[in-house]
Amino acid sequence: MKAGPAYRVFRVVALAIVVLSLIAPLLWMVAASFKTNVDIYDTGKALVFSPTLDNYTNVLKQAHYAQFIGNSLWVAFAATVLSLILGVPAAYSMSRFNMKKSALVVLMARVIPGVSLLVPWYYVFSNLQMVGGFTVLILSHMFVSLPLIVYIMMGFFDSLPDELEEAALVDGLTNIGAFRRITLPLSVPGIATAGILSFIFSWNNFMFALVLSGADTKTLPVAIFDFVGYASIDWGGLMAAATVVTLPIMVIALFVQKYVVSGLTAGATKG
Amino acid sequence: MATVTPTEAPRRATAIPDTPGWARWANDHRKWLFAAPAMIFVAALIVFPLAWTGYLSLTDAEGSVRAESEFVGFQNYLDVLSDTERFWPAVGRTATFTLVALLFEVVLGMAIALLLWRPFRGQKWVRVAILMPLVATPVAVGMMWRLIFDPNIGLANQLLGWVGIGPQPWLAGQHSALPTTIFIDVWQWTPMVVLILLAGLTSLSEEPQEAARIDGASTWQRFRHVTLPLLMPTVIVAILLRGIDALKTFDILYATKGRGGGSFHEVETLNVYAYGLSFDYNEYGVSSTVLILFFLIIIGAMWALTARRKEAKR
Repeated sequence: MKAGPAYRVFRVVALAIVVLSLIAPLLWMVAASFKTNVDIYDTGKALVFSPTLDNYTNVLKQAHYAQFIGNSLWVAFAATVLSLILGVPAAYSMSRFNMKKSALVVLMARVIPGVSLLVPWYYVFSNLQMVGGFTVLILSHMFVSLPLIVYIMMGFFDSLPDELEEAALVDGLTNIGAFRRITLPLSVPGIATAGILSFIFSWNNFMFALVLSGADTKTLPVAIFDFVGYASIDWGGLMAAATVVTLPIMVIALFVQKYVVSGLTAGATKG
Repeated sequence: MATVTPTEAPRRATAIPDTPGWARWANDHRKWLFAAPAMIFVAALIVFPLAWTGYLSLTDAEGSVRAESEFVGFQNYLDVLSDTERFWPAVGRTATFTLVALLFEVVLGMAIALLLWRPFRGQKWVRVAILMPLVATPVAVGMMWRLIFDPNIGLANQLLGWVGIGPQPWLAGQHSALPTTIFIDVWQWTPMVVLILLAGLTSLSEEPQEAARIDGASTWQRFRHVTLPLLMPTVIVAILLRGIDALKTFDILYATKGRGGGSFHEVETLNVYAYGLSFDYNEYGVSSTVLILFFLIIIGAMWALTARRKEAKR
């Protein structure tokens, strides 16, 4: 497209509006987390205020957020690693043997409303006295991670030529050996993409933890939800809590932007 | 496992004498050996629970998950389908939420994707900005907008005040709550559509564009008759992915309005309704019925879109 000067000006203005409307609310949240509740209520102090760290010390010390951060990290990490162990070989097989129907079974998990599975899960796991434990939480989060990983990795393996594997077979490797020594090392970018996306989705997941976590295993999104009681809202604390859960993931996304984008758009443009 | 040292001559895959029996067996059955664990995991967590939900929808299960329940046939379905107080309004809200949000997300997403299509200085930073709402935790996003849309202290009413418009109730209003949650969904998920469409645009070849330009087509004509038809399969993928998630939206609705979608059920979609029936009121039989119906709606919508996509690819 040849960009005339009028179009260029229009584009700069339009993009500025887009960026501002996407980023300003997040900045507003972060700003409010550094305000006292008095300043939040004072509309005259929207932009000029004396910052305080009180909200953060309250949230981390009194509201036990350090523990919830640990819970969220552990659940997201465990669910991601286990899903990668199950999902990467499965995606490889489904891609190489063109197992369309089997892939559909795994991808169904992306379509089914989570609530329809929660009642039976809750029944089974409460009879096994596992509700409130980490095992159940990790299993339920794997249910989010695994289909995502299979989906992303299938697309990756589809695009990986199999000549190298064939060469390895000629060199005397078994098929599994070729997968382990040739294909897996070449798949590191794909695995990174799938792993990062799975971690983000698990970290952000709310509904499964809302039902299946206990007081000691609560993850951050549930902890934030519980922050809003029936009494008046402690806005400063709430915004500090919201910042604590969102900021790390946004910083990660900033550094691994390329992977996040390729994971989110995986499979969107192919057949 | 076969070990290969550089001194060894290349050997054929069919003759691997130093491979133990079990490894050869594993190699021959690798297809299912690789795929089965993941499939068994998913099947155990889906097929069995889904069948159970189907069974529960035919019973009067309520109260406790351990309580006795009786088989009542299709009574729940009759009750739910004739429920004009909660069920059908929830269907309506789900449809409104999904369709309006999708419409805005696709139109805005297309516009932004076209703005970003051709490289320019600073593009990297615009892309970073677009990624931020997308990765933000939905519950935190809900809380953030609760503060911004607070009728008394929120930024939204403050901004309206500067241009001389009176304060709005936003999330607190009986009729403005649903549009406000749609706005939040559009804010968070339009970037997803942008990224998908941008990937589609980047993969388009230049020749049809060039040909149209040589033929004297205007910018709009090129978009309407060249870019859009070529991009259509990607647009439908974006609608499909986003639509499924929009139908199932829960986090921001529950975070902004709480149980039952607010005191007048103003944002109670099917998912929120089913969740409430299950875990706030323990009406397992009825909630299972709602979920089975909800599931059928999702499958129907997907099927229609997939059929449309096959058409567009032709």
